[in-house]
Amino acid sequence: MNLSDLANPSRFLQLANNTIPWLSGVTVLAFAFGIDQAMIAPDDYQQGATVKIMFLHVPSAWLGMLGWGVMTVAALGTLVWRHPLADVTAKAAAPIGAAFTLLCLVTGSLWGRPEWGTYWVWDARLTSELVLLLLYLGVIALWRTVDDPSRAARAAAILTLVGAIDLPIIKFSVDWWNTLHQGASVFRLGGSTIYPTILIPLFVMAGAFTLLFATLLLAAMRNEILRRRVRTLHLLQAGAAS
Amino acid sequence: MSALAAILVRDMRIAVRVGGGALMGVLFFLVVVTLTPFAVGPDLALLKRIGPAILWLAALLASLLALDRLFANDHDDGSLDLILMGRAPLELVVAMKGLAHWLTTGLPLVIAAPLIGLFLNIDAAAEGALVLTLLVGTPALTFIGLIGAAIAVTLRRGGLLLAVIVLPLTVPVLIFGVAAANAAVVGPVPFGTPFTILCALTLASLVVGPFAAAAVLRQEIE
Amino acid sequence: MQRLAGKARFKLVSWFVSWLGFGPLRPGAGICLKVSPMRLTAVELHCHRGGRDVFTGVSFAVGAGEALTVTGRNGAGKSSLLRTIAGLLRSAQGRLTLDGGDPELSIGEQAHYLGHQDAIKPSLTVVENLQFWADFFGAPSSDIREALAEVGLDMLAALPAAYLSAGQRRRLSIARLIAVKRPLWLLDEPTSGLDVAAQSRLTDLMRGHLAGGGLIAAATHGPIGLDTTLELRLDQTAPSRVPAGASA
Repeated sequence: MNLSDLANPSRFLQLANNTIPWLSGVTVLAFAFGIDQAMIAPDDYQQGATVKIMFLHVPSAWLGMLGWGVMTVAALGTLVWRHPLADVTAKAAAPIGAAFTLLCLVTGSLWGRPEWGTYWVWDARLTSELVLLLLYLGVIALWRTVDDPSRAARAAAILTLVGAIDLPIIKFSVDWWNTLHQGASVFRLGGSTIYPTILIPLFVMAGAFTLLFATLLLAAMRNEILRRRVRTLHLLQAGAAS
Repeated sequence: MSALAAILVRDMRIAVRVGGGALMGVLFFLVVVTLTPFAVGPDLALLKRIGPAILWLAALLASLLALDRLFANDHDDGSLDLILMGRAPLELVVAMKGLAHWLTTGLPLVIAAPLIGLFLNIDAAAEGALVLTLLVGTPALTFIGLIGAAIAVTLRRGGLLLAVIVLPLTVPVLIFGVAAANAAVVGPVPFGTPFTILCALTLASLVVGPFAAAAVLRQEIE
Repeated sequence: MQRLAGKARFKLVSWFVSWLGFGPLRPGAGICLKVSPMRLTAVELHCHRGGRDVFTGVSFAVGAGEALTVTGRNGAGKSSLLRTIAGLLRSAQGRLTLDGGDPELSIGEQAHYLGHQDAIKPSLTVVENLQFWADFFGAPSSDIREALAEVGLDMLAALPAAYLSAGQRRRLSIARLIAVKRPLWLLDEPTSGLDVAAQSRLTDLMRGHLAGGGLIAAATHGPIGLDTTLELRLDQTAPSRVPAGASA
């Protein structure tokens, strides 16, 4: 099996059918391990157990951004390399990334209520994350509005590339602006500032989330390919009936 | 199924299947609310004070979105001719189309409003009043908009003209809607006073809108 | 102007009366072809559109079982004449009457209009489109499958109408004429967009309609395959009625 197999929808379907079962099994195991680790991680001296929302909030933020990253690569695949499955990837990744972004916003809001006294504040990090959600929803709306998938693909690809500017803004918003959201503590020059007993579970959960993303992405891509086949069959049926 | 029920069901089916469905209006609603702090600044106290007004403006603009093609689609594909040749009175057919528009555009806004009100830091009491005013006021926005939608049928680029015609007509609804939403929180006027006037405006629009729109459509068929 | 406003108001009031449960008018009941012979008579119809007289002084009479073909060059007003009969356009003067029809209903409410457009929503399926018109015009749902079979679209019933070709769309419009029974058919170039097989099927349908006592008025450039038709030639200078005994 080589890379060119991935370009063929039928071979991809076969690959997906083989991969998804065991991949979902690994995902479940990873979550089991991650949740276990999160449970035994120590409470924060100020926040108490509330701090454990972090194990949902931070990975979903990362995955929301990863989703857009995957869509950006797929967009380049559509526009530059003309890869046959690129637009399928982009269309399948959008709702998954949007769901993770929404999860990030909701968990962050619930976390913020006891911490900051408010469900929402318009600081740079939260606003740019909300803008990311709006971008996701806009791309999904675009996919749904245009009937012919291949025409929608190019428009969505360009929109994705333009929207990718939001990703560095989210990342560096806590540095560039005065924000209520805490500053970077994991991925920063000079190393992480989080103690390993919390950092390790965080990475485990992040790994579990990534496996979940991969599983859902493969399943969604399979669905999209099948959906397009149904559409083609409809067209053939209409054409065959005199 | 009766003729009017058939119109209602058909229009709702089309609204849900085409162009992103009922959630487009909600998405637009969310986008407009998101833009507000960029324009007026992120001061939460200020946002709380102007929150109801912002939500009302956003609901007004979002309702306007789907009105553009409401009659134009039927006119362009010849359905309007056939509707005029049916036994159902045109006024009632228009009212049914208005109802379908409200159910698929206005009502989702009302349901989404409490959640989106959180972004503007509106507190619970104000949110309750706000949702109530939107529930009563968004039908008025739709039914007044029917008149503009009927006028915009034969225009190619009807969008802006539609807004220019309809928005001034909706000013009374906006005034009393926001007044009622604020009255619940600020006072001294009790909530009931502007709210009952809002109800009256809506009831009037439920009658005037379809009659006026039907009259315009009959002219345009000529 | 007066007559139409009166009719519209009457329609509204009678609708409410029957909705409340009183009154003899039941808007849901489909109208069957009347036993007493019908006759469509037009006297001195005028059409004025876009600042010019499209046609003036048009008169004709069509009886039950008869077909009227309206011919003329492009722009002579064939479509406008059909729309005038349907009640979609108003004639500035003259008279249009349908004897033997239902006196409570306007002519348009007893007619089918098959125009250039197909009145089909692409986002609905084939059967949903037809079901809507059947419900809207008060026809029983049992006729729908039959109507689709007669135009050869029953295999595509669940297909979204967006996938249909132009000819298939036309046939779906024709299915509407079969599913909803109305005595007068106003057809604007009915054979356009249809292949030979579909055209002959349409001719059979028209023959069947005429045999049942119906009336047809068709605007056409060429022959529509019926044996005896009355021909009305519209041209720019002097519209005249030419009753033809047999013209194919």
